[in-house]
Amino acid sequence: MLIFELSRPGRRNPSQAPRNAPGLNAIPEGWQRKSRPLLPEVSELDAVRHYTNLSRLNFSIDTHFYPLGSCTMKYNPRACNHLAMLPQFLARHPLAPADTGQGFLACLFELQEMLKAMTGMAGVSLAPMAGAQGEFAGVAMIRAYHVARGDAARTEILVPDAAHGTNPASAVMCGCTVREIPTDAQGNVEPAALQAAVGPRTAGLMLTNPSTLGVFEHTILDIEKIVHDAGGLLYYDGANLNAILGRVKPADMGFDVIHLNLHKTFSTPHGGGGPGAGPLGAGPRLVPYLPLPVVARDGDAYRLADETDLPQSIGRLSAHAGNAGVLLRAYVYARLLGREGLKRVGEFATLNANYLMGELRKAGYEVAFPARRASHEFIVTLKALREETGVTAMDVAKRLLDKGFHAPTTYFPLLIAECLLIEPTETESKQTLDAFVQAMQEILEEAHHNPQLVKSAPHATPVRRLDEVKAAREHDLAWKPCAH
Amino acid sequence: MTTPANLKYTKSHEWVKQEADGTVTVGITHHAQEMLGDLVFIETPAIGRKLKQGEQCAVAESVKAAADIYAPLSGEVTAANAELADAPEKVNADAYAAWMFRLQPNDPGELAGLLDAAAYQVIAGADKR
Amino acid sequence: MPFIPHTEDDIRAMLAAIGVGTIGDLFDEIPASLRGGGLSGIPPGVNEMEITRLMHERAERDGRWLNFIGAGAYEHQVPAAVWQIATRGEFYSSYTPYQAEASQGTLQVLYEYQSMMASLTAMDVTNASLYEGASALAEAVLMAVRIHKSARRVLMPATVNPVYRRVTRAIVRHQGIELVEVPYCAECGHVIPAALHAYAGQEFAALVIPQTNFFGVLEPADEMTAWAKANGVLVIAVANPIALAILRPPGEWSAGGADIVIGDGQPLGAPLASGGPYFGFMACRERHVRQMPGRVVGRTVDVDGRPGYTLTLQAREQHIRRSRATSNICTNQGLMVTAATIYMALLGPDGLARVAQTCHSNALKLAQQLTALPGVKRRFSGAVFHEFVLQLNAPVADVLHALKAQGILGGFALTQDYPELGDALLVCATETKHDEDLARYTANLRRILGRRFRAAGCALKPKAGSWH
Repeated sequence: MLIFELSRPGRRNPSQAPRNAPGLNAIPEGWQRKSRPLLPEVSELDAVRHYTNLSRLNFSIDTHFYPLGSCTMKYNPRACNHLAMLPQFLARHPLAPADTGQGFLACLFELQEMLKAMTGMAGVSLAPMAGAQGEFAGVAMIRAYHVARGDAARTEILVPDAAHGTNPASAVMCGCTVREIPTDAQGNVEPAALQAAVGPRTAGLMLTNPSTLGVFEHTILDIEKIVHDAGGLLYYDGANLNAILGRVKPADMGFDVIHLNLHKTFSTPHGGGGPGAGPLGAGPRLVPYLPLPVVARDGDAYRLADETDLPQSIGRLSAHAGNAGVLLRAYVYARLLGREGLKRVGEFATLNANYLMGELRKAGYEVAFPARRASHEFIVTLKALREETGVTAMDVAKRLLDKGFHAPTTYFPLLIAECLLIEPTETESKQTLDAFVQAMQEILEEAHHNPQLVKSAPHATPVRRLDEVKAAREHDLAWKPCAH
Repeated sequence: MTTPANLKYTKSHEWVKQEADGTVTVGITHHAQEMLGDLVFIETPAIGRKLKQGEQCAVAESVKAAADIYAPLSGEVTAANAELADAPEKVNADAYAAWMFRLQPNDPGELAGLLDAAAYQVIAGADKR
Repeated sequence: MPFIPHTEDDIRAMLAAIGVGTIGDLFDEIPASLRGGGLSGIPPGVNEMEITRLMHERAERDGRWLNFIGAGAYEHQVPAAVWQIATRGEFYSSYTPYQAEASQGTLQVLYEYQSMMASLTAMDVTNASLYEGASALAEAVLMAVRIHKSARRVLMPATVNPVYRRVTRAIVRHQGIELVEVPYCAECGHVIPAALHAYAGQEFAALVIPQTNFFGVLEPADEMTAWAKANGVLVIAVANPIALAILRPPGEWSAGGADIVIGDGQPLGAPLASGGPYFGFMACRERHVRQMPGRVVGRTVDVDGRPGYTLTLQAREQHIRRSRATSNICTNQGLMVTAATIYMALLGPDGLARVAQTCHSNALKLAQQLTALPGVKRRFSGAVFHEFVLQLNAPVADVLHALKAQGILGGFALTQDYPELGDALLVCATETKHDEDLARYTANLRRILGRRFRAAGCALKPKAGSWH
């Protein structure tokens, strides 16, 4: 039932609308709205009940184990939300003077400093609102650097073929061309292929380490040398930072610019799709180009640095200071963990991933890189299972929903056939992991003895498999009263 | 499904039919539609557009992928199949009957470079995903 | 170890199962020279009590102010139920709804949102959000250029929010797209349609029309749209969602209405919060839906014929189309949209209209009171929604400073973005302002302008929360 179907003409919520009848109206007659917008007329109880019940149809970290590879679905501490939503923080207008926001700016400044320390980078901007925006900004910074040096021909960005889709998409949005570099059987970028691809048109290489295949690019120092020797710069996609937080600094690997996903590594909420935050860290060469604003400190006072402070900045990516509330949540998280806690993140994320990988192998699953350590995630391939039983990775994912677990990431990275990318995160206990292995074991047995049960899963969810072809062919993207 | 012998093919899975009036008709192969899955949308090139061989000129979109379709020959687009706008599934039903666009080629030398049915069959067979 | 549940026994058992001696062994593939990135720059961890205390101190230091700043972010009353429901764990900690069967809550909320927003803007379809208004304008420009196929220039009135223009340029210039500024009339505060004739015969992909514009003034959108359509130019409308409750929406403008509508959805339930998170909304005509960036939810049925919701048209997005995607956007502002949907459901069409009408009425009242003071004039003659520009006979910065000393944030100074206007101040009054607030502003401004005003050495320190 849609909220519109609960609607009854004339139903109002008097306590929610302004009390005083408006006195003056100077909107010209010709500009007054005549059509009635399709907003529901429901009581407050109807609305509360409706949306509360809808929420209960969702899987979430607060309700289910969510081993989505590359998403880092770790527990979102409640304190982060509570403290970011203190009334004074919520009430502050973005254009209010800096001296009305010293508390807020202190949190952001300290977050900048902590991110610098964690990554080894020389400067940080908290402005980008998501990883993709961070990537766009990072590529723009690389371009700006080359143009400033008179090397405007460098317009090609190299991307491993296993990269996340936002990498090539961001490069193209930035006016660059994209060239893909092949990944070898071990899941690493082939130095020889990279050497053949670099040249005077190379602006830079975008890399995730550990890679999207869940393994550490141990040729990273060779890669770094090849790209830098050819005059290009190195961009680090920080999506997998959870694996090495506290262990390895991206700056030490030679990266010139990096983005972090605060909604992954720093546990800000995924919120059903967002909001996130994708802060950028820059090495000394690229600091002048960081997007605005950056939080500056003059003595005791904080302020937002602007175009006069950073004249070579690539500019602003949004109207204000980025997803400020998300940044406050990340700040609280980082303070709660502190030096020791942040170090534990990489350690226990890696412990959990290696343990889970081993247990799933014992249960009969095939791992994509059996000779490699898992980083914070690993890939299981169901190619053989499909050939034997017809059961695919998609089917296994759907059957997991029946067992009370959210599915891992499926069919990413594209290079491995019938893959599941599994990332437990450090906040899950051994008991949870063992229960997951148990469920996977059951599904494997079902695949062999009752494949139809798996192929037609899920059975226990609010809806079963949906007709996506119908959705894409017959667009029903907005409810209309007469049509339903 | 057998690959029709009276058509020519490209490595990028387009088929080409030479018409009596000198134009060619272009579509995508059975193998291509199988890889894409149920098609939900076909974007055809504008009539009058001048294409170079190998230039991206159309898109076949399914739920899980959007495949670029490339001009098999250089020339000018003379027609596009309007039926596919409402019924992209025709391509799934019979890829060789569901034509996408026609063009007037302007470089006769290019025809020799197209693949025959046997050569295309090898490519399609190797492309097992 | 905060949020890490492992006991010593767990660790021992797990290491044994893996077959290594220590956790450190699991990092043996990392070159030794890279290992050991110590975190000396990070302070030790604190517990929840300690961080709570610190954050309270910082929040109290920032205080509360009587706010009359608008300029793109608006103070509105948000019903308590909105965030209590939106921060339920099932909404707050759920992921992007790629596994539709596990996400029907989120997906249905998004479908309801899309329906409400499409109707509010009087367009056919909307997406499930972009980041915020300024970058949404950039995406709209990119979309218009893709649709138009030949022109790479866009007409951008100077009355569009200045930071929106700056952000759009920062993003679209990388693809060689040029923004051409359209001047405004200094007397009325909006674009004069006749000024568009200067561009006839040149190719433009789009004309951006803000309604209302940055000055709070209504643009002659019908004439501008008619000109655009007659000249093969797409129309991108920039709208305020609260204003849409009482203003004729862009989909109903003349000559078939706008082609793309964007704006910032912040007024619908997102607190000001120093600038974010907000959300960008985008609406378009059905025929352009494949060029629209961002996620879109569609209604369909499952194998049992039950209605259900799913992400659709994903082939346009980065995870499938990669370098050929309509945009690189992946994460959006999902939670803010959830809140906005609940907000709109609680207010309904009449409640939202009341909010809008009260904003409008309060702004007019305040404008009347302030312009009755000597030295204060309305700068523009055009009709306004809930913001207006005042011309002052004293330096704006000094006036604002003195108001701030009384706990009042008097508005947004236009001196930097529009130096040609001299001492001009953009003032906003929403439904959150009572008659006493308006009287307090007026009394203080009278006092400040009435004295022989000394620019330097104002001894009053700002008092937080002093507006009671």
